[in-house]
Amino acid sequence: MKILFSWLKDYVDIDCSPAELVDKLFGAGFEVEETIYLGQDIEKVVVGEVTSIEKYEGTHLYICHVDCGELGNDNLILTGADNVFKGAKVPAAVVGAKLPNGIEISPRKMADMVSYGMLCSGEELGVSEDWIKGAGVHGILILPDNAKVGEDIKTTIALDDYLFDVSITANRPDCQSVLGIAREVAAFLGKPLKEPDYSFTRTDVTKPEISVAVDALDLCPRYLGDYIYDVKHFESPIWMKRRLSVCGFSAIDAIVDVTNYVLLEIGQPMHAYDLDTLDGKSILVRRANDGETIVTLDEKERKLTRDNLLICDKVKGVGLAGIMGGLNSEIELKTSEILLEAAKFRRDNVRKTSRSLGLHTDAAARFEKGVDEYGVERGMARALNLVETLGIAKIGNSCFDVNAGEDKGGAKFDVTVEKINSVLGIDVPKADIVRILSSLQFGVEENGDMLSISVPRWRTDVENYQDIAEEIIREYGYEHVTPRFLDSAKVTNGGKSFLQNKETSAKEYLCLMGYYEVRTLAMYSERELDMIMLPADAPERTAVKLLNPITDNLSIMRTVMSPCMINVIADNIKNGHTSARFFELANVYLPKSLPLTEPPIERKTLCIGAYGADEDFFKLKETIEGFALENGLDFRFERGECSYLHPGICADVFCNGQKIGQLGKLRYEIINSLEIAEGKKSELNVFLAELDYSAIEGLYKREIKFAPDNGKAKVKRDISLICDKKTLCVEIEDVIKKTSALAANVRLIDSFESEKLGLGKKSLTFTITYAGAEDISDIIADKETETVANALKEKLGAIRRV
Amino acid sequence: MKDFSDIKSQVKNMLEEVKDGVGLSDFWQKYLGKTGVISGLMKEMKTVPPEEKPTFGKAVNEVRVWAQELYDEKQAQIKQHELQKRYEREAVDVTMPALKRAPANLHPISLITEQMISVFAGMGFEVLEYPEIEDDDHNFTRLNVLKDHPSRDMQDTFWLTDDLLLRTHTSPGQIRTMDAEKPPIKVLVPGKVFRSDSDATHSPMFMQMEGLVVDKGINLCDLQGMLDRFVQQMFGSGTKTRLRPSYFPFTEPSVEVDVSCFECGGKGCSLCKGTGWIEVLGGGVVNKKVLENCNIDPEIYSGLAFGIGVERIAMLKYGIPNMGMFFANDLDFLAQFK
Repeated sequence: MKILFSWLKDYVDIDCSPAELVDKLFGAGFEVEETIYLGQDIEKVVVGEVTSIEKYEGTHLYICHVDCGELGNDNLILTGADNVFKGAKVPAAVVGAKLPNGIEISPRKMADMVSYGMLCSGEELGVSEDWIKGAGVHGILILPDNAKVGEDIKTTIALDDYLFDVSITANRPDCQSVLGIAREVAAFLGKPLKEPDYSFTRTDVTKPEISVAVDALDLCPRYLGDYIYDVKHFESPIWMKRRLSVCGFSAIDAIVDVTNYVLLEIGQPMHAYDLDTLDGKSILVRRANDGETIVTLDEKERKLTRDNLLICDKVKGVGLAGIMGGLNSEIELKTSEILLEAAKFRRDNVRKTSRSLGLHTDAAARFEKGVDEYGVERGMARALNLVETLGIAKIGNSCFDVNAGEDKGGAKFDVTVEKINSVLGIDVPKADIVRILSSLQFGVEENGDMLSISVPRWRTDVENYQDIAEEIIREYGYEHVTPRFLDSAKVTNGGKSFLQNKETSAKEYLCLMGYYEVRTLAMYSERELDMIMLPADAPERTAVKLLNPITDNLSIMRTVMSPCMINVIADNIKNGHTSARFFELANVYLPKSLPLTEPPIERKTLCIGAYGADEDFFKLKETIEGFALENGLDFRFERGECSYLHPGICADVFCNGQKIGQLGKLRYEIINSLEIAEGKKSELNVFLAELDYSAIEGLYKREIKFAPDNGKAKVKRDISLICDKKTLCVEIEDVIKKTSALAANVRLIDSFESEKLGLGKKSLTFTITYAGAEDISDIIADKETETVANALKEKLGAIRRV
Repeated sequence: MKDFSDIKSQVKNMLEEVKDGVGLSDFWQKYLGKTGVISGLMKEMKTVPPEEKPTFGKAVNEVRVWAQELYDEKQAQIKQHELQKRYEREAVDVTMPALKRAPANLHPISLITEQMISVFAGMGFEVLEYPEIEDDDHNFTRLNVLKDHPSRDMQDTFWLTDDLLLRTHTSPGQIRTMDAEKPPIKVLVPGKVFRSDSDATHSPMFMQMEGLVVDKGINLCDLQGMLDRFVQQMFGSGTKTRLRPSYFPFTEPSVEVDVSCFECGGKGCSLCKGTGWIEVLGGGVVNKKVLENCNIDPEIYSGLAFGIGVERIAMLKYGIPNMGMFFANDLDFLAQFK
């Protein structure tokens, strides 16, 4: 929020520098995000008096002699402007002067003469007609006759001032005004607050036809309406226009300017309705009907619903409550009678309406954060005071106050000094507590150690001892807090859980295997699901949708991780990395049903990706087998199918009979669809694995038990087989294990294909380790191997090679 | 009496000629083997007069032992020599690179998360994880972020239904913890959070870490004391904290916590924008309304809570200029965090 330094000084005698004030505001919880010096970049520009002027024949120029006081009584300055005259007071920039647009003045040749300076327009000084009269004319800014020759122009035209952009936290709506900030400044400087003048006089004139009613007190708990008449239309005084313009308002007409001025000064948005335009001279505050429309002051038609609050007359809407007035009741030059409005509208309703209509105004910004009823009253009083003192209109005796009687401001409660200090952990003396609260205009009655506190009406945020503690430490100073290390807290058992530790070591294992951890966003779009060629009826198509995504690209919660990994790989290829290994361990979100009636299941999923010339399926599989081995898990791999994986290079992974994921080679169609250089596509090998890590978590062994060797002899036998190329290794392993109860371990040690074996054949050699409750003899081992060989022949047509 | 000096000198001479295992074995056969010269001497025993037999036998045996010793010595020499040759043969260029695939590393956000967890675990904080998809009640209402309060706007929320949402902070972890456990409580809740915001310093998804302590007699001094330890372990032992007023609906008083700039030591530099201080986290004394919402009696217990943006800490510690880098996952970036 913009606060003008000189304006603040109306209410507090500020005896510190702007920089010191910024520091103190920061300490009190009001961060000044930016301080702008209004006269920034203007140097050596002074009030000059034109002592002589003559036309420079043959040119469009005038030759002026300008008295600039200490900067020279006779400066020769040429100007092209036609509005300069002898005796005129003008802004004169002498040699060495600087102007806001970066111009530096140096002697300059114009036609055959040299000009030693420049006379300035309002625009060149960065000011408008609202700032100083004459600034808007085409030509040189002609200053008032009483301007002091030689005075720094920044002083003359009020640019020697600072504008603070103060950030106000959501709990301090009372500080959304110059007066609100002034209250805080007065408190921390220990100075009295000089309130604005709220006084005014009513005439006896009434307007009995006017009626004011509120149909929706829940959305409008307070509505003040005041009748003013004999309205005169003129420009506001320059001091008011300056303050409005520096805060971003353009001056319009005195009465409208007053409403804006009060918004900035008191923080209370106001509105003026032309009484002539109100049918039945009545105001009714009600919810809009679904489909009802209003044309707002910005000349746009707004379509409304029951959720929008509308200010209406007898037949139509005349204003969008708390946001913007209606075009139909706008103040015009012919307006002679006005109904002034100061109200409190419910903040979330204003917020909703403002958002749904995309209509953000200064009034709405105030209402959204909350106005208090004290401010409503003060705002109206101040507006009427200005109406009267500026001679804008007469204040009639028809005034209205509709309210729900809910004024929540001004809590009262008792609290001990000890209780306040218990929150802070330090001993702030009672005298300081009382002093601080009083400076913030809290009522404090002392009763021994007990304080009876009356909260000011505008401090709706203060309700209990904790709030008081914050007020105290804010003013007393956080530097008084003395750090201590949980002295009174019990010792607790900290650290990570079994599964959290497992997760860390799983990630570290993958790092050791050369996989970099990545982090991708948990949202993507349907396009990612299309990319991996998921069928329309795939369960992964059932994804949670965001109601308000920031972009279509991030509109659903991911149900499968691989698209994210594919994107990471594609990005790295684009960045010129020819090979890499990555993994990510993160959630997928699986709704039980749609539309969502309960939170979706969040499943931790481990996605592994590798690409590059030296990658192959078995390298990825090695990583996964290693992962299983490291964790004492028994993974089983079977031929699998997956929409985005190579039909011949895709395995399902099982653990304890439960499918926990798959791995394989990325389909070429998908590689071809990636936005990478065409030349890189044919050579590209991408391997992906996606494992249900939540399932794996359930399978981790929680305890390790040492199993001593039974000391019985074990015997190993190799068996070489010729079998059909399509016979799977796992099928042979299964037959061996099923056939021989003594086959404790079966491991493939060699495989090859050769023409000698016959068409469509391959050779596999396994080592079988026989072990059991008794010693295994060579005879037993040979017999078992014989049985195994027979079974393999019978079940799989695999022939033993001798 | 024969002194076998001729044999001895023969032995000596031959053994001197022996250079390797083959020569050694020839020598053995010639002199020490069953058919060798020394064994042959024993056959002469029968030609020796009976009274000289013991002396002769002894003398032959002495020659055998002497020759055996010389042989053993030579054998050891040759073995040593052969090992030496093997060592030379096997020598490799140890300066050739060995690593075919370098180990990778965790993402910087994970590294910082782990580091932070380890600091707080040492203080007795239990690490808890909660759902990323929350409801209005846990994410807002019970944290004293009421329906009509503008503080709801402080965090732009991704909504899934009119009740379900992507959690905007890890603070719902406070409610879930206090629903499940009673004081003393000391928990750390790391996790992903989501806000509809995206620019150089904001990402729609980022990592937060919530801390909550609830016990008897906890106050603002504890918050600063505990955070002092935390920042000293994260940023160096000389690091100080500074509290300044702020606002969060679930803490009262609420503070922003700044650390003295670890780059310049507080003198003012580009990192701290000349102020000597860097904002790192927010926190405060747990609002009594939040305790009440979790059926914890604020007359008996009080608490402190804080929330730390992990990306922000990582950006500060590693000097990462842009939030987007964390999610771009470029290999050159990722590989730097060793």
